[in-house]
Amino acid sequence: MITIIINKDFKPKSKPSKRADGRAFDELRPFKIEAGVLERADGSAYLELGGNKVMVAVYGPRELHIRRLMQPDRAVLRCRYNMAPFSVDDRKRPGPDRRSVEISKITSEAIMPAVFLEKFPRSTIDVFIEILEAEGGTRCAGITAASVALADAGVPMRDLVVACAAGKTDGEVILDLSEAEDKDGEADVPVAIMPRTGEITLLQSDGNLTTEEFEKALNLSIDGCMELSKAQKEAIVKRYGD
Amino acid sequence: MVIKMVKIIPEIIKESLTNLVKSGERSDGRTFDEYRDIVLETGIIDKAEGSARVKIGKTQIMVGAKPQLGEPFSDTPNVGVLMTNSELIPMAAPDFESGPPDERSVELSRVTDRCMREAGVVDLEKLCIVEGKKVWMVFLDIHILDYDGNLMDAAVLGSMAALMNTKIPEAKLENDEVVVDHEKLVPLPIKEKALMCTFAKIDGELIVDPQLEEEQVMEARISIGMRADGSICAMQKGGMKPLNKDEILKAVQRTSEITKKLMEHLPQNNH
Repeated sequence: MITIIINKDFKPKSKPSKRADGRAFDELRPFKIEAGVLERADGSAYLELGGNKVMVAVYGPRELHIRRLMQPDRAVLRCRYNMAPFSVDDRKRPGPDRRSVEISKITSEAIMPAVFLEKFPRSTIDVFIEILEAEGGTRCAGITAASVALADAGVPMRDLVVACAAGKTDGEVILDLSEAEDKDGEADVPVAIMPRTGEITLLQSDGNLTTEEFEKALNLSIDGCMELSKAQKEAIVKRYGD
Repeated sequence: MVIKMVKIIPEIIKESLTNLVKSGERSDGRTFDEYRDIVLETGIIDKAEGSARVKIGKTQIMVGAKPQLGEPFSDTPNVGVLMTNSELIPMAAPDFESGPPDERSVELSRVTDRCMREAGVVDLEKLCIVEGKKVWMVFLDIHILDYDGNLMDAAVLGSMAALMNTKIPEAKLENDEVVVDHEKLVPLPIKEKALMCTFAKIDGELIVDPQLEEEQVMEARISIGMRADGSICAMQKGGMKPLNKDEILKAVQRTSEITKKLMEHLPQNNH
């Protein structure tokens, strides 16, 4: 039986010279961040960035039942990045896959440097990132929301880690790639920073860039991070006051 | 891996909750037949063909419906497929763990599935494209975000609302080929409405829509699925203690009244 699927990915045939959604090269998609959105979790946050919808819950510091993971001098930070089956065009099978396992690992490494883990030996801090709808750049959205949820949980931190990607589409280096731009694009560079010091806690690169283009992409994503960083702080202030 | 511990909090609150029920009260001031506030939104996930977010008090769930083309089961070659899956993700409660669905989430999805299926909510015959070869399979995914009791009713309400919100691409048979047009969307054929109503038994009394602390101390639980016409489409008894016949019949009677009110939360028409 032959099945013909038509009109599934409707895209304009002629590529516009500018970005499809009309953004400037250094412009983020519209975003909003909210802190304290769940009842049971110790801390939580909800973030929308373009078509991305991300919910994060934090539990802990709490007792760690798995002894072999236990650290005698500090807490462990465990992140779980998970996509809801309905978050993407073709239903994602529930449960972890290689992609989400990798993202979970780099997410916890991105956040860990900012957290005073040494204050909670032998315990765990669990960060659960649920992608409710995905539209490009979910790992960065997850990290940005996770920091807000950690702050909401009252976990002591040196800084609020924030993440944003830059990349290259149609030969141009641009900020915050949408799903369409990422698919057609030549490169994607997600970056997470601690904004107070500017230190980089996550860096990946996928695609071909000249060294000049890479430097431009890195600078662009740091600018994007700084803008998102303001919204993170506003979300905390909105929840708890100054 | 899980260390089972004596649940300390329920032992402490059990007496006070039981005493409240004895004097006809509940800890949040509700009557025995009173539901918590319900907030229902549909069409909240653009990537899903149908979606709903349900809040019953502080319990919060999200349901997404996604159609996929597939082969029918060989014993029912001319009907489509409805698959219900739920995940008690560790976000929702401190004692929910990552990993394959545990018995609680399997029970939740199977009870929800039975309620929708036996009520005939979706006209599955209309989801058949080519008998024995191609049908629509609708995947219902129930995502529990915040667990404060009564997941059964939330899951059924969310599933019902998500299905009513679902649009599927038009599929036609042309020259022996199936043509699926993602630009022409048609509403999922809904032919019945059904909802579920859950009671917890505390000190011999049945209280509707138990919140978490009531579930923790309850002796037993009964969930009753009912169609809009008042007929029963599914039931599930839970909990460690038994129920007697009178209690069950009383629960059925009260479900009729409560379901009528719950139905008002559903959108009036499809889509």
